[in-house]
Amino acid sequence: MYRIIKRTQIADNIYEFWINAPHVTKTGRAGQFVVLRIDETGERIPLTISATRKDDVRIVFMATGKTTQQLATLQEGECIRDIAGPLGTPSDVKKWGRCAVIGGGVGIACLPILARELKAAGNEVTGIIGARNAGLLLLEDELREACDDLVICTDDGSKGFHGFPADILKQKVAAKALDAVWIIGPAIMMKITSLATLDSGIKTFVSLNPIMVDGTGMCGSCRVTVGGETKFACVDGPEFDAHQVDWNELMNRQRTYNPQEKESLEHYHEHKCRCGDH
Amino acid sequence: MKNRPAEERIRDFKEVATGLSAQDAVLEALRCMGCPRPSCVNGCPVSIDIPGFIEAIAQEDFRTAARIIKQDNMLPAICGRVCPQETQCQGTCILGKQYKPVRIGALERFVADWERENGVEAPTTAPPTGKRVAIVGSGPAGITAASECLRAGHAVTIFESLHEAGGVLTYGIPSFRMPKDIVKFEIDQVLALGAKLHLNHIVGRSVPVDELLAYDAVFIGTGAGLPYFMGIEGENFNGVYSANEFLTRINLMHADKFPEYDTPVIRGTTVAVVGGGNVAMDSARVARRLGAKVYLIYRRREEDLPAREEEVKNAAKEGVEFICCANPTCILGGPGVQGIECTRMDMCELDDSGRPVPRACTGEGSTFTLDVDVVIEAIGQGPNPLLAGLIPGLKRGKRGNIEVDGDGRTSIPHVFAGGDIATGAATVIWAMGSAKTAAAAMNRMLAGTEQ
Repeated sequence: MYRIIKRTQIADNIYEFWINAPHVTKTGRAGQFVVLRIDETGERIPLTISATRKDDVRIVFMATGKTTQQLATLQEGECIRDIAGPLGTPSDVKKWGRCAVIGGGVGIACLPILARELKAAGNEVTGIIGARNAGLLLLEDELREACDDLVICTDDGSKGFHGFPADILKQKVAAKALDAVWIIGPAIMMKITSLATLDSGIKTFVSLNPIMVDGTGMCGSCRVTVGGETKFACVDGPEFDAHQVDWNELMNRQRTYNPQEKESLEHYHEHKCRCGDH
Repeated sequence: MKNRPAEERIRDFKEVATGLSAQDAVLEALRCMGCPRPSCVNGCPVSIDIPGFIEAIAQEDFRTAARIIKQDNMLPAICGRVCPQETQCQGTCILGKQYKPVRIGALERFVADWERENGVEAPTTAPPTGKRVAIVGSGPAGITAASECLRAGHAVTIFESLHEAGGVLTYGIPSFRMPKDIVKFEIDQVLALGAKLHLNHIVGRSVPVDELLAYDAVFIGTGAGLPYFMGIEGENFNGVYSANEFLTRINLMHADKFPEYDTPVIRGTTVAVVGGGNVAMDSARVARRLGAKVYLIYRRREEDLPAREEEVKNAAKEGVEFICCANPTCILGGPGVQGIECTRMDMCELDDSGRPVPRACTGEGSTFTLDVDVVIEAIGQGPNPLLAGLIPGLKRGKRGNIEVDGDGRTSIPHVFAGGDIATGAATVIWAMGSAKTAAAAMNRMLAGTEQ
C-alpha cells in the first residue's frame, strides 16, 4: 500500500499526487514511469514520473477515463494498492548544448524533472508549453525556475503566445538555436510538433504512451514500430526518436479498447450512483 | 482422475480435473509394486521419495504421505496438477510397461489437497544462520529456492515485479488448470517459513544492482517473460495478442470479469491461436471460455504437437478446432483484425530430433484464409532481459539466458540462477528442479562447506 502524501488539483480536471514510494524514488529518473493499480479490481496504468522528493514520487494526471476519475476521488492519507517502478529507460541526459523541452496538455507535467536533469548536465534549457486554454496550463512557476527560458502557448490565445508549441519550435529551428528537443504530450501533438525538426538534423525525442499491462517487457501490449522495427515501449522506451515512429499505428493501437473504456466509465458512474442511494 | 463434462466446463474458469477420492487414492496406491530401485524417482526433477509417499497412502496415513513429499517439494498441489507426469515419474513406472503406470501425479495432488483441507504441518527449519539471501522472482523457481534457503536457516527476501506472487503460476496458467487459491495457499506456506516478500519491486530498478549484490547469496529466477512474435505483416493490428498478454489479462487482471474488473480484453467472435505447446492450448481454452469459436494453427502434424496429450484432448473436447500443417503468413485487416492467411506445410525429412521439418507448399490450393477477429501468438518466450542486462559481468548465452554450471552458479561467485531464465522456456517442475539444485549449492556455499 502506498500513501498519498499530498493531493492538489492544479488545473481544470488535472491532479497532482505526491505518493510515498521509496522503491521508486531511489533510482527514478527523468523519462521513467510507474505502473499503478488503485485497488483489487483495478487495471494497471502507466504514469510518467513527474518529480521525486526524498521518498515521495509525484504523478500528474487528467481525470478522463474510469481509472483516472476514480484516482481523482482519493484523498490525502488514503492509499493506492500497487505502484511498481521505476520502469522504462531513462531519458538520454548528457551535455547536448541547447535543449528545448516541449509539453502539451498533461504532458507538461513530465518536463520539470527532465529540465532539471538537463540543466545539471550543463545544458541551456528552454521550456515550451502549450494547452487548449489558460485553465489547462500547469506547473508554470516550477518550470520557470527549472528552465532558462519558458514560453507559454494557448490554442485560444487566453494566455501567452496564441498558437501551438510547434510554431515556437519552428522559429527556434530556423534560427539554428537548438541541439536537442524533447516533445511530450498526446500522440497527435507529438507527431505534428516533431515535424518542425524533421529536416534539421536536430535530435528529437518523444515519450510514447501506448497501452501497457505489466510494464516490464512481458506482454508486448505496448509494441510500437520505430524505424521499421517492433519495439516494446515499456523497456526499449518510452522515449524514442520522433522521426522514426509509426504514429498512425500508435494512435490506432491506443484506440483498441475505446468501446470498453466507455463501458467501464458508464459502469463506474452507475455503480457510484447506486452506492450513493444506500 | 475425472474431468468435468466439456459442455459444463467451457462456461466457467473452475478446475477441469476433479481429483481422486480417498478410497480411489488408496486403491491406486496399492497398485505400486514398491520397486527396490524405483525408476520413478529418477524421473522426478526434484527426486520425491515416490514409493515412500505412495506406501503411506496405501496405509491410509495421508499425514505421513504429505510429510514425505514436502521433504523434496513444497508445492505438491501445484506439481500434482501441472507436471507432465506421463513423461517423468509415470513415464518410467515399471507397471507402465505392461499395464497402466501408477497415477503418481493424481496421488500427489490428492495428498496435497487432503493436507490443505485437514491442516498443514509446517516443515522444520534450521536455526537462524544470520546469512541474507535475495531471491529475484516469485515463480516456481524463486519459491522453490526460497523454501530451500529458509529451511537451511537463512534470512530470505523475495522480490517480485508484479502485484502478486507466483510468476507463471499466477499470470500464465489459467485457473481451470491451476486454481489461484491453491497457488496462493502453497506460496503462503513457504512465506510462513519467514520469507519477506516485496511486491512491485523491479530488481535492477527499484532495487539497485549494488544493493542486490550486497546479499550473501542471490538467486535469479526471472523466467521466460519475453514473448516472441512471428514477424509477419499485420502483426500490430488491434486484436493481435501475445499469449503472455492474453493470458495475463485474464489470469492476473481478471478481464473475463470486465467491467467488474477494469482490465478489458477483446473476446473475439472467431479466434486464431498460433502454436502447439501448452501455452497455445491454454490460450485456446481460455478463448473458448470467453465465447469465441477457436482455431489452433500449428505448422507440423497433430502427432507432433509439443503440448501434453491430456491438454490437447481437453482442448479438442472443448471445441477447439485444430488446423495442423499450416503456417500463418499474413494477418489481414487494419486497424482491427479481419483474417489470417496461412500456407499449407508439407512434412519433409526428419531433423536431428526426429521431428519432420515443415516446408511451405507451393502452387494452387497451398494457401487459405480464415476469417478471424483475434489472433493469439503462442510461439514461445525468451528469457526476460530486464535484469540480466543490468548486472555487470553476468555472462549470458546467445539467446539471452543466464549461463550457469550444473549447480546453478553464474559467472558471479555468489549469484545463482535457475528456472527458465537459465534453461530457456521449459516446465514448472524443471524450473523447480534447477532451483532446488542451485539452492543446495547456495546453502553449501553459505555454510562454508565448499569453496
